[in-house]
Parts: sequence; C-alpha cells; structure tokens
Amino acid sequence: MPTLLTVFAKEVVDNFRDRRTLASALLMGPLLGPMLFAFVINLSIERSLSDADSTLQLPVIGAEHAPNLVRYLESRNIEIIAGPADHDAAIAAVKTGEIEIVVVIPAEFGQQLADGEPAKVELISDQANQQADRDARRARNAVRAYNQEIAALRLVGRGVSPLVLQAINVDDVDVSTPSGRSAILLGMMSYFFIFALLMGGMYLAIDTTAGERERGSLEPLLSLPVTRDQLMLGKIAATCVFMAMSLLLSLWSFFFALKFMPLEQLGMTPNFGPAVVIAAFFVLAPFILLGAAIMTLVASFTKSYKEAQTWLSVVLLAPTMPILIVSLLNVRAQIEFMFIPSLSQHLILVDMVKNEPLNILHVAISVVSTLFIGMSLTWICARLYRREGLLG
Amino acid sequence: MIVVNDIHKSFGKVQALRGVSFDAPDGRITGLLGPNGAGKSTTLRVLYTVLQPDQGSAAIDGVDVVEDSLAARQRIGALPHGAGLYPHLTARENITYYAALCGIDKAGIDDRVDGIIALLEIGEFADRRSKGFSQGQRTKVALARALVHDPQNIILDEPTNGLDVMATRSLRDLILKLKDDGRCVLFSSHVMQEVAALCDDICIIAHGKVALDDSADGIRERTACDDLEDAFVAAIQMVEPD
Repeated sequence: MPTLLTVFAKEVVDNFRDRRTLASALLMGPLLGPMLFAFVINLSIERSLSDADSTLQLPVIGAEHAPNLVRYLESRNIEIIAGPADHDAAIAAVKTGEIEIVVVIPAEFGQQLADGEPAKVELISDQANQQADRDARRARNAVRAYNQEIAALRLVGRGVSPLVLQAINVDDVDVSTPSGRSAILLGMMSYFFIFALLMGGMYLAIDTTAGERERGSLEPLLSLPVTRDQLMLGKIAATCVFMAMSLLLSLWSFFFALKFMPLEQLGMTPNFGPAVVIAAFFVLAPFILLGAAIMTLVASFTKSYKEAQTWLSVVLLAPTMPILIVSLLNVRAQIEFMFIPSLSQHLILVDMVKNEPLNILHVAISVVSTLFIGMSLTWICARLYRREGLLG
Repeated sequence: MIVVNDIHKSFGKVQALRGVSFDAPDGRITGLLGPNGAGKSTTLRVLYTVLQPDQGSAAIDGVDVVEDSLAARQRIGALPHGAGLYPHLTARENITYYAALCGIDKAGIDDRVDGIIALLEIGEFADRRSKGFSQGQRTKVALARALVHDPQNIILDEPTNGLDVMATRSLRDLILKLKDDGRCVLFSSHVMQEVAALCDDICIIAHGKVALDDSADGIRERTACDDLEDAFVAAIQMVEPD
C-alpha cells in the first residue's frame, strides 16, 4: 500500500476512535447551525407577529385633555395607562429606560383643536432603542391617522372633498418571491455550512501536527524510510474526509430542520430540497481542500495542542469576513467575487436558495479558483513539513 | 555500521556540536555518554536524518545521511527520546502502522508483527489500546515499532529513562540479543554505570565535542580513575567549553 494511503487509513481509524474529534465533526458543526437558525427564525416570527396583534400599553400624561383621541387610540388596540407625574419625570423615566415611550397631551390641546390651530401632542422616546422605536412608530401612526380623520372631517364641513389632500398615491409593488425573501435570512446559512465543514476537520488538523509533536510521536515517524510529503498529504486527505462528512451531515440536518420551521408565516419558501442539498455539497466541496490545507498549515506552526486550538478558532471565523462585508453592502453576485473562496460559495448558495438559474461560469470560476488556492496551500504545507524546525 | 565524521551543528547562536567523530561497528554496542546538553540527542538526530549537519558527514552502512536520507533511514531503527505512541491504537496497530509505512507487503506484515511482538515479549498487552500503558510498556512498543522493518542499525536515545529495574533489565537483554545478531547498536545515556555494564565501546561527549572514545577499561586507564563516575567526570573536564 502506498505511504499516502497508509497514513490516510491510520488517521481515519485513529480519529474515529477519538470522541472529541467525532463530536466536533458529527455533532457540533452539523447541529449547531440548524439549532441557532431555528432559534433566530422563531424569534423573528414571534416579533413580527407580536407587533400587529398584541396590545400596546401607552403611558399618557394629560389623557383627560383629549377624551376623543384616547378613545380613538383605544379603538386601535392601544391601551392607555397613566404616565409619570409630569413632563420632566417622563423625560427622566424614558432616559433611564424605565418606560419606553410617553405621550404628553398639554392642557390647551382641546382649546387649540376647537380653534382650528395645530394642536400639540408630545411623544417622548429614545430612538436609539429599537423596541421603543417600533412602539413609538405605532403610536405616531395612530395619532397621525386620527389627525387625518379630523382634517378630513373639517374639509367635508367646508364642502371640500378630502381627496384634494391626496395629490399623489404611492402604490408599493413588491416583486420579491417567497424564495427570494428567504434568501435574506437564509443567507447566513452558507456560513454555517462552512463552519461545520471546518469544525469537522479542526481536531484532526491539530492532532496530525501539533498533537503528534506534543505526544512525541512525530520524531519516530519522521525517522521512518518515507518522504515527508507523503505523510503530510495522507494527513490532509484524512482531514478532508472528516470535513466532507461534517459538511454532508450539516446539509442534511438543515434540510430536515427547515421542514419544522414555520417559514411560511414569514412569507418564505426556501428552495432547499434534496437536489439542492446535493448540488450545495458539490459547490462547497472545493472549499474542503482549502479548509483542510489552511488548518493543517496553521496548526503545524503552533507548538502545542492548546496553541493550535487558539489559532484555529481564528481560522474558523475568517471565512465569515467576506460574507459579512458583502451582506452589509448588499451586493449581488458578480464575476470578481467568484475568485474569493467562501464568498463565491455563499453567493452561489444564496442564488440556489432563491431558486434563480445557476450561472455556470460563476460556478466554474468558484470551483477552479478555490481548488487552485487549496492545492497551493497543500503544496506550501508539504514544503513546510520538510523544515527542521518542525520538531520544535 | 555507523560512521560519524566531524559533524557540526548550531541552532542560532548555540553551537550544539563542534566536531563529533566516532564509529559504531556491527556486532557491537556503542554507548554515547555525556551530561545533559552535551549534544547526544543532536548527534543521534543527525544520524536518523531529522536534522542536517552544518558541516561534516555521517554514513549508515556507507549511505550518506544527507545525500540519500531515505536509504539511510531504511537501514535504521530509531527510538527517539520520549517517543510517543498513538493512544487510540492498540500496541499491535501501532506496530503494524510502522510496518506498513516501511513498505512491508501485506502478505508478510502479520507474521512480521507477530514475530516482533514475540521478540519483545509484549503479547500480553499487544491488543490493548496504548492509552493507559506504563512507561515500560510504552518503551517496549516503541522499540518494537522501530525494529519492525528489521534494520541493521539501531539507534536508541536514552531508552532506559523512566524505566524501573525489571524493565531496564529486559531492555538490556534485548540489546544484547540484537548485538549477538550482528547488528550495530548505538545508544545514548547520561548514566556511566549503565553504559559500562552494556557497551563494548564508549564515546564520551561534552560541550559538543568527543572527550574520549574507548572501552570502559581504556577510559579508566586514560583518566587514571578506578571509579567509573570519577572517570566520567574527569573525561568531561578534558573538553573546554566554548
């Protein structure tokens, strides 16, 4: 049996017996993603549902000055509760976050309304607080609606149609499809796959380099009549197998997890059937070699197991950077991006989940460039394995 | 047969070897003796080719360790200092892995591994995972692993470190058996008594240089000390540090 295969077979057997490696390859990576994902989805569903349906409790100062406004608000599912003692107390309470919003109705509100002057209502909130901002918007909209109703009544009273105030009517047409909308949320899914993939091989990459040195098994291994290139390639190949296993498992676990998530309530139907699972595996597969090589490379520089763990957790996060930047800038797939590993896989995956036709050129560039970088890193690994300092 | 000819090696500013030469012939046991940090391990590492000498040369059965390191390693069974096993593999699997790496073909591998297990008398724990092995068991398995490809030259770096009396004794018997087979055995130690009891030739090194290279009696004579320990100390003092 050639050396490479012997090393490969030994590393696979050895690591299958190591609970930590197995747990990170078969449990951590594949399960962490879907679980976090389910949590986020459920949270956002709860939020979006609660906004419309729940009763907003609105502290009001001076409610007695505007009984009609209060009644109108109550008809819009807003419950009026007693606010702080006075204006200053209200500002202090909102500042400390004790209460989120306060509506202040001055004593002259009724008089101003009766005189036909703009009647003043004050809304105190902290706009840096997202939850308060949402509540404030709801209260503001309700007050505006009341304003429009009164204005319309005044116009009718003067024999003018309220439509004169509506010079332009904006009609929103949303062209996003249910699959398209899911891509926004499911965009982070691709990182979970890359994370699972890297997790799957992390302990193997450590064990075959820093671990082997720490255990004292590296030196006798290097004194055998085999070339170091073969040893290194066998180790990287074994790491690849664990990464592939972890990736495949995480794809399928997502597939099953999505079935149990009430995504339709958010208006999403992600295109993530068995065919996409398999296609996604092949799109991500080139990243396996790159991941295995870079983890082995980084781990082979470290002096101990612990040091390797520290550095490799940085490697785990590195692929998020391009994804994060592109998500923030909200850019679409472009040819230049296909040269960047992790980003290219992410963009192709997002397109697949959106159920958009695959751009074959994009896929080809992504596969070739990622494989090329992976092979270059593997070559560097093999070169570095020849140096004397390896023994530490 | 190992021939070492004037090897030098530095790590940064530290000169670990400053010209070490000696021969270790077949059918004899050669002891490399020296205090900690004298350069014993560095010398042996050059011989089993994980380090390259800055200057000088070394040959295993006439094969240069730098020019044809692969062929040189084929002729060596090395037991580095503190050699570790794979804890998730059994003793037998540890040995079989090395046998396969050394290119022993599938048909002969089981016989070969069984043979070496019998030779080292480790059958009792051969099929247990090596995780909980004692130091003595670990050393024996590591030695079995190093001998599995039937090398003519055997290099042992402080093999008796951490072994109890019984384990040391059985290791000593094994080394004698290897010598009787006509092999070349080279081992390092910092214990004079151990080397004297076992070795035909003793090479004392200190500060990266050879202080004396002779038999135990020859060393006693040349240092004019009857006591071995005194002879050892006297020999070390013959070498000037930098």
